[in-house]
Amino acid sequence: MSAPLDASRRGFLKAAAGVSGGLVLGLTLPSAARRSWAAAPMAPDAINAFVKVDRSGTVTLVMHKSEMGQGVYTGLVQLLAEELEADLEHVRVETAPVAAVYNHPQFPLQFTGGSMSISSSWTGLRQAGAAARTMLVQAAARRWNVPVEECRAERSVVHGPGGRHAGFGELADDAAALPAPDPKSLRLKAPQEFTLIGKPIKRVEVREKVDGSGRFGLDVRLPGMLRAVLARPPTLGCSLKSMKQPAALAVRGVVGVIELDAGVAVVAQNTHAARKGRDALAVEWQAPAGAPFDTEALRAQYRSLAEQESQVVARNDGDVRTALADSAARRLEALYELPYLAHAPMEPLNCVADWRADRLDVYTGTQMQSPDRAAAAEVAGLPPEKVFIHTMLLGGGFGRRANPGADFVREAVELSRKLGKPVQVVWTREDDLHGGWYRPQWTNRLRAALGADGKPAGWYHTVVGQSIMTGTLMQGMVQKGIDPVSVEGAADLPYAVPNLRVDLHTTTAPVKVLWWRSVGHSNTAFAVESFIDECAAAAGTDPLDYRRSLLTDKHPRHRAVLEMLAQKSGWGTPLPAGRARGLALHESFGSVVGEVAEVSMENGLPRVHRVVAVIDCGIAVNPQMIAAQLESAVNYGLSAALYGEITFANGRAQQSNFDGYPVLRIHEAPVVEAHVVPSAADPSGVGEPGLPPIAPAVANAIFALTRQRVRRLPMIRAGRFSVA
Amino acid sequence: MQKLDINGKVHQVDVDPDTPLLWVLRDVLDMTGTKFGCGAALCGACTVHLDGVATRSCTLPVTAAVGRRITTIEGVGATRAGRAVQAAWIAEDVPQCGYCQSGQIMAATALLAKNPKPSDADIDGAMSGNLCRCGIYSRIRAAVHRAAEHGGESA
Repeated sequence: MSAPLDASRRGFLKAAAGVSGGLVLGLTLPSAARRSWAAAPMAPDAINAFVKVDRSGTVTLVMHKSEMGQGVYTGLVQLLAEELEADLEHVRVETAPVAAVYNHPQFPLQFTGGSMSISSSWTGLRQAGAAARTMLVQAAARRWNVPVEECRAERSVVHGPGGRHAGFGELADDAAALPAPDPKSLRLKAPQEFTLIGKPIKRVEVREKVDGSGRFGLDVRLPGMLRAVLARPPTLGCSLKSMKQPAALAVRGVVGVIELDAGVAVVAQNTHAARKGRDALAVEWQAPAGAPFDTEALRAQYRSLAEQESQVVARNDGDVRTALADSAARRLEALYELPYLAHAPMEPLNCVADWRADRLDVYTGTQMQSPDRAAAAEVAGLPPEKVFIHTMLLGGGFGRRANPGADFVREAVELSRKLGKPVQVVWTREDDLHGGWYRPQWTNRLRAALGADGKPAGWYHTVVGQSIMTGTLMQGMVQKGIDPVSVEGAADLPYAVPNLRVDLHTTTAPVKVLWWRSVGHSNTAFAVESFIDECAAAAGTDPLDYRRSLLTDKHPRHRAVLEMLAQKSGWGTPLPAGRARGLALHESFGSVVGEVAEVSMENGLPRVHRVVAVIDCGIAVNPQMIAAQLESAVNYGLSAALYGEITFANGRAQQSNFDGYPVLRIHEAPVVEAHVVPSAADPSGVGEPGLPPIAPAVANAIFALTRQRVRRLPMIRAGRFSVA
Repeated sequence: MQKLDINGKVHQVDVDPDTPLLWVLRDVLDMTGTKFGCGAALCGACTVHLDGVATRSCTLPVTAAVGRRITTIEGVGATRAGRAVQAAWIAEDVPQCGYCQSGQIMAATALLAKNPKPSDADIDGAMSGNLCRCGIYSRIRAAVHRAAEHGGESA
């Protein structure tokens, strides 16, 4: 499978007859490094298929992306069906196996993340649809012996002169015998011709999500499958010292206790017995040498580092030192601190592994199929082509199910191999919250010098925190000591500042870190958009006007978002007494989002009533999904901003379940009004960009209301606020 | 042996008396629509009906369910309120990842069965124990109101 599929390097589409008849269309990339898609020949065994049209007329999109709520099944079906002219009623989705053909065009990885599924499939899937349609129309023209120009496809039927018509299913075998067209010969629709793209198509998998039939990883059931719960190291860096099994084995339903790399697995007939057995297991752990890890100590270290200039410089325009030393300037300085965060998807982590001597099947909700397969193969002692990853629905991902280290897959495979039986490893909520792979703890120091016009003449941002990419298979992205995600949203400050420096202290800590919805932007947007608000206040300028005055013609999208936001939010208009607005604007994942939050205080705690969110994400493939993602990002971000933190004392995470790690509830959720800036540009990210602005928007509203700055998250850390 | 009345059908199971109903449903009967989220009655993903009342099955010993009428997401569509709620959920395109939905729908259905025209405050009261990480709360609210308006008719 790793052999190059494209001999010509030019790339072309190739069709083949499906195993059981019909048309199967392959599509692949000649070069992982190439930005745009090209198509290449496929193997005739359909393993590389993207599109299948069977004799019944059912169109199958082989789905190479994971559905975790972001609506990717629906969006990608729209891209394909738009050009294929398929009736959505006859389009189904089938999850893809692992194969290089399903890799991301820019990375040699099969994964879902970075808000890139639509943008990375935008050209390729439309080309695939257009190619399949072209072949079906050609097949019809030949059958009827009429010019192809007189035939057209509409809603899964090809129509010809004289009222002739044939369904896609009737034409599929004939179409499969035709040569696939060169993608360059295909004319894709212009935006004004779209009939599906841009429409609020409902979620294609909605029914199975309201009747309980949808299959998440935790719902996998195999004959003879056992369940397991692990006793995991309770503190960072500790190792197994001793364990006594008898009490665990005495629990009814427990069938075994097995030591694994990740901990001690208690294996049972059902999950309850496994959990009870784990509780009965007498395990002693050996603490590591040295002082136990503590996040308050880490915070002190970060604060101290933030005072120091770093030689790892991500951006250096002009001469920031001189600008900041200008004694005539109004000088500002602030420290912004953010905690470790757990992703806490509603579905706790889990994985089913079914190891046999000659093959391994893994069933799980994952965002990272190809690293999972590589890890599973290694643990299983099998070649990768004997390992089959079955992607289930994900009960939330948010980055936690995108672990290049494949932690939750490795342990299940190891256990199944040792048992010789299929087994489902279930993480309890406590395991999930204690399990590491958190959003990093971060500290930012911001300094600015405002000129006579009130605008920043100098801006100096120092970021302190762990690197996510270092030591992973994305290590190559770390250049000159800079993990790009540590400074994203800071080094690309959109505001015009002549003297600008962004530097980075990359720290090490025993806590494993991972991408968490919007990654580095979740930190930098809070720091930058809070501090620009502080600058505006110091300059005595309205925060929206201030931002507008700092956005030049180089940032037309920011300006357009800001204008629409001003209008839709009613910026500057009166609010009910005790309510104030706060604003934030941030670009991430190729999209620009502005948000205005309306906040009041209830018993001294912030209450967010309304959030107006405006996004420029290029062509809006599905406005309904975009609105849903903005609502989602606001609420997910608000949970973190108000309540979210994982802290450590004596090496142990202090939060264990939703009582200690609160999540926004229905009565706390704001009304979110989502607006999309009209655009004819290619689509950009949607799942994550709505998150970064919410914390600073709320913090800025709190300032407007109380004259108190919130510089540390979560906000409940600040205690009770009093309205000014 | 325990005798359970689930969705109008009697099931015989043989589990430890302290086994939570959730794991009987999921692991013994393979009725996986009811979800595990926290194991401590903190998130509502495991919500079922016990004699029509929304109940957290993850902390409910199976013995406490014996002799009661148990309804799960697999059976709720057979009730008028359940059908209305599911239809409203689809009409409002409520789910995102979908994992908490069984619990949300069970909670909403129990609410509507008791209170056919709930106010926003009633919805808050009945639904605030059901967490959603995708943050679909405003759509849940809209769908509950829609279900209330349309009753058992197709929403």
